[in-house]
Amino acid sequence: MHNDNQPLIFELSTEGRVGYSLSELDVPAVDLAAILPSEFIRTEEAELPEVSELDIMRHYTALSRRNHGVDSGFYPLGSCTMKYNPKINESVARFAGFANIHPLQDESTVQGALELMYDLQEHLIEITGMDEVTLQPAAGAHGEWTALMMIRAFHEANGDFQRTKVLVPDSAHGTNPASATVAGFDTVTVKSDENGLVDLEDLRRLVGDDTAALMLTNPNTLGLFEEHILDIAEIVHSVGGKVYYDGANLNAVMSKARPGDMGFDCVHLNLHKTFTGPHGGGGPGSGPVGVKADLIPYLPKPVLVKTEEGYHFDYDRPQSIGRVKPFYGNFGINVRAYTYIRSMGPDGLKAVTENAVINANYMMRRLEPYFDLPYNRHCKHEFVLSGSRQKKLGARTLDMAKRLLDFGYHPPTTYFPLNVEEGLMIEPTETESKETLDAFCDAMIQIAKEVEETPEVVQNAPHTTVIGRLDETRAARNPVLRYERETVEV
Amino acid sequence: MSTPKDLRYSEEHEWVKTEDGKVRIGITHFAQSELGDIVFVELPQVGDELVADEPFGSVESVKTVSELYAPISGKVVEINEELEDSPEFVNESPYDKAWMVVVEPADNAQVDALLTAEQYEAIIEE
Repeated sequence: MHNDNQPLIFELSTEGRVGYSLSELDVPAVDLAAILPSEFIRTEEAELPEVSELDIMRHYTALSRRNHGVDSGFYPLGSCTMKYNPKINESVARFAGFANIHPLQDESTVQGALELMYDLQEHLIEITGMDEVTLQPAAGAHGEWTALMMIRAFHEANGDFQRTKVLVPDSAHGTNPASATVAGFDTVTVKSDENGLVDLEDLRRLVGDDTAALMLTNPNTLGLFEEHILDIAEIVHSVGGKVYYDGANLNAVMSKARPGDMGFDCVHLNLHKTFTGPHGGGGPGSGPVGVKADLIPYLPKPVLVKTEEGYHFDYDRPQSIGRVKPFYGNFGINVRAYTYIRSMGPDGLKAVTENAVINANYMMRRLEPYFDLPYNRHCKHEFVLSGSRQKKLGARTLDMAKRLLDFGYHPPTTYFPLNVEEGLMIEPTETESKETLDAFCDAMIQIAKEVEETPEVVQNAPHTTVIGRLDETRAARNPVLRYERETVEV
Repeated sequence: MSTPKDLRYSEEHEWVKTEDGKVRIGITHFAQSELGDIVFVELPQVGDELVADEPFGSVESVKTVSELYAPISGKVVEINEELEDSPEFVNESPYDKAWMVVVEPADNAQVDALLTAEQYEAIIEE
């Protein structure tokens, strides 16, 4: 690794240096003052860096070498499913018929693309056990919100305006209460029991005729399967509420168990997690939503339908919650997910789940002697260790996460879920070999020993990265959000 | 660990100090040490009504955001505006400079029902 101090692009700037040449103006020059109001006309030069093409290339290539992605190393970030993105996905997404079409083209000229979307919907219907799927939502939280808006429309159509509450377990992803709030609901927290599962007594106490829905991840964020899921669904249904499946952890049950068979009324999927869209590079994601029959009228429109004449966008949906995204979702990501499903096949997807689960259990049992394991049961695709033992010796989970950087790993999710003290949430995914899992476990075990013998090595980590331990407190309390020439001290 | 004897405490790690019929509320030394460096404090507005055991604000540390749970019900009559610019007070001076709100209690019996310093210490030692 280059231990160089890479300046900001602004600091590389040299006055008058130009990295481009524009051709002569070959259209009539226009006086901006004649066509724009004066407040929109810039009076000072834009402060852009002045660098050559080669300067730019070297600068950004140097920065790109500092990235960590699943293509460069192990990335066991819990509940994020940082699995390998097969490169065949990229080849297919670049087919001219997919890459060069425009969303405003006439339907008759893009029948192949529409067929792919329709078939993807059909595959997702089969995988989730739902009755209909929309591909519109742009990512997971957007899918959550879309589903909640449909639930809201359903209740309002029944005159149930008093259903203002959405129940969310205390181990839920933070997006669940956030989506409920944005959709206009009040969030009510359901406790977990001593096994880390939904406390059925607490749930019974909280449901009522003001319940709009329960949002649930299964397996939950502790990586544990909610084994009373049929009872949970029955409790919520008995008071007229809907049960929503957060698909963040679908990788643990895909092709083994279906949300539709567990009693869920709607579900979102993260195609950028479970179905190998690129993930972690800032997007885009794709968060399709599946629903049971009684929610179909409320699906976002247009709805893609198959007729005798071909595939067609149906706008005649009077009860629809409307459009939730311009055009038809993140089409390129949906092409990748379709490619993945078709190249894996049903047996392949089953093997994905089996390997994701056995990998997580293998690591959990290898690490169990060295760390606390608050919920010691068979896990699904991920498990949560606690750094409590190490904290007593002076090294917190944050320190251990930083130390992992020295070994070339992206750290696991830390301090989540909130019901585990000093939590370390590890999700290996199915795509890692036993050698990789062992090497990571060896690093974790070494760190646990360092905490006992030489804690300062862990407390002051990382040691081998380009930049050492950052002062996160100072960064949060006094953030410098943009470059300003005058105030920069080098 | 410091737990002043003259204060009352909630299981959610707030302290409560009675002053002339009103109560001053903040979070405990134990709470700030668990949270780590505090970088932002979100408080209610003067005039808001707190409801016992319901969230009334939040504290954000480098690693997490935690809700503040009202130890008692009552009306907010004063908030500590200095915490907006100086969230570090919560770490440096949890019982003094980092008081968060002053409340007119709806029911003084709720204050009497809070934990004593001894009871609170027993909880955090677990």
